[in-house]
Amino acid sequence: MAVTPTRTRSRAPIYEGSRIPKPIPTVLTTPPDVLATGDVMTVNFGPNHPSTHGVLRLIVDLYGEDVTGLAAVIGYLHTGFEKNMEQKTWWKCVTYPERIDYVSFQNNEYVFVAAVEKLLDLKIPPKAIWMRTLMCELNRIHSHLVWLGTSALELGAISMFWYAFRERDLILDLFELVTGYRMHTRYFQIGGLAEDIPRGFYPECRSFCEWMPKAIDDYETLLTRNKIWLERTQGIGLLSADDAIALGQSGPVLRASGVDWDIRKNEPYLAYGHVDFRVPVFPEGDVYARYRVHMEEMRESVRIVEQCLARLEEMEGEPWISDDRKVVLPPREELHTSMESLIHHFKIVTEGFRVPEGEAYVTIESPRGELGCYVCSDGGPKPWRVKFRAPSFVALEATATCMRDALIADMIAIVGSLDSVMGEVDR
Amino acid sequence: MTETEAPDEGPFAAVPGVTGVVEAHHETTIVVEPGLLVDASLHLRDELGFNFLSDITAVDYLGWGEAGVSGYLGTPSSSYLPGRDLNAPMTQGYQALPQPKPKRFAMNYHLLKLARFPERIRLQTWVDEDEAVPSVIEVWPTADWHEREAWDMLGVRIEGHPNLRRILMEDDWEGHPLRKDYPIGGEPVRFSGEE
Repeated sequence: MAVTPTRTRSRAPIYEGSRIPKPIPTVLTTPPDVLATGDVMTVNFGPNHPSTHGVLRLIVDLYGEDVTGLAAVIGYLHTGFEKNMEQKTWWKCVTYPERIDYVSFQNNEYVFVAAVEKLLDLKIPPKAIWMRTLMCELNRIHSHLVWLGTSALELGAISMFWYAFRERDLILDLFELVTGYRMHTRYFQIGGLAEDIPRGFYPECRSFCEWMPKAIDDYETLLTRNKIWLERTQGIGLLSADDAIALGQSGPVLRASGVDWDIRKNEPYLAYGHVDFRVPVFPEGDVYARYRVHMEEMRESVRIVEQCLARLEEMEGEPWISDDRKVVLPPREELHTSMESLIHHFKIVTEGFRVPEGEAYVTIESPRGELGCYVCSDGGPKPWRVKFRAPSFVALEATATCMRDALIADMIAIVGSLDSVMGEVDR
Repeated sequence: MTETEAPDEGPFAAVPGVTGVVEAHHETTIVVEPGLLVDASLHLRDELGFNFLSDITAVDYLGWGEAGVSGYLGTPSSSYLPGRDLNAPMTQGYQALPQPKPKRFAMNYHLLKLARFPERIRLQTWVDEDEAVPSVIEVWPTADWHEREAWDMLGVRIEGHPNLRRILMEDDWEGHPLRKDYPIGGEPVRFSGEE
């Protein structure tokens, strides 16, 4: 049973003017008249509080139950990925990005690989393009499920967690079937895919696609019209379209503020220009709108996966990786018979391949929003500089704006709805 | 890259302080003087519609092109032939050094025109260690944390930032980890060795 309440498309602005705090856009300061009452209490929230989605620390000024001041402190999960990648060859770097955002690993892997391919001007076989699209979409569902499970859990809907993680496990099973790993798959290589798609993947993935819409119906039955859920999420964490753009918000947060912007649609990459899907946009700009965007996106992702499957099934026997031997590892079986292949293999594994001098910036629509990767090469086998534009990092900049007039209990809902993964925030 | 000249025409000729427009790897880079960065940003936002700041990346070019750093020419983009011409000169590297850079640090502002016909450009400005970059926080509020990160990781001084503190490293950290002269694995371990 599909539960879809009628959409109210109000054209009225969410609020008048801008709510971004001044002069520091990311710090909400308590007004002096409230401070003068002497009843403001400063509470340290985190970094190890279970409902902060990792190690986020919020310094909150409370006036009774009202949040009057807020500053986010990050950096507790900083692991120096970008510095590490400067010490590794391009080929070895591919394992790093997926650990940055450990929930949407395929998308992170893709953005780095795509940036290197842009510098190399490498042509990717169609089978790899379609399979990458499929994996990225499965990963989007996976990421949204983790978001749904944990955010609902924080607001007291404990059963949602178990339902969401039931389906998440099915997706991880599919990843394991294709790549051998459940997370951090390193399936995308520079030039294509690491391995051909294994036999048995298509029927398994098809049965998942049949099951998933019913599961989403289940979630919506539990939440979409749930009185408690509506009370906890509607009209909370408001962010207008102008403020969202000024604060660099992207992905579900931007679309929940009524901005019809999706890089998959507006600047198509991979096979997104050739598949049919809808971009859900909700104009309310509150936590509930963000929830609705996530749910609709999961449905659309299932549709994209189905279309990718149909195309991939026609591509049986086609190459899955570029045959540029200066960049791509030669097929394993050739190493025993071909001296050339052995040399190429040795050179790529030990020294690494060289990437032309220059800089490239690639952005994709990750589950969390605009994920960018800047790579700079000096023409050698190691990156000179790699930088990730993490959507979670930018999303947390909006906490101060969203937290205007919020109660302490709403804070949990708001931080959850911004969908931050701290690994990506701190990199 | 250093040999750029201010364009006489085109959409970016009127950007204040523009010293060059570079097209490379299907991307447009607009190089401006650091002193006029805010004016250039305002022009790009208000006149040309680049309303969305995607990212700020600072890059340290210390030691760029020194000590046998080699070049590599890939397949030209006009050719759609698969693979590379291995017999062309300079394809094996070691013959070419990278183009020298004008100053030590580059600040890259990746801008997006979030509109029906989107467009992306890179706004670039160059500074040395003792120079400061003006803050663009008034133009795009999202620059707040990006600029703090540039200061924290690479030590690029941002002028006019209301809250320029470390963001990823702890407040009393010494040095800027993403600088090229920052030692790798050099963190002292307490209660080890002679101590």
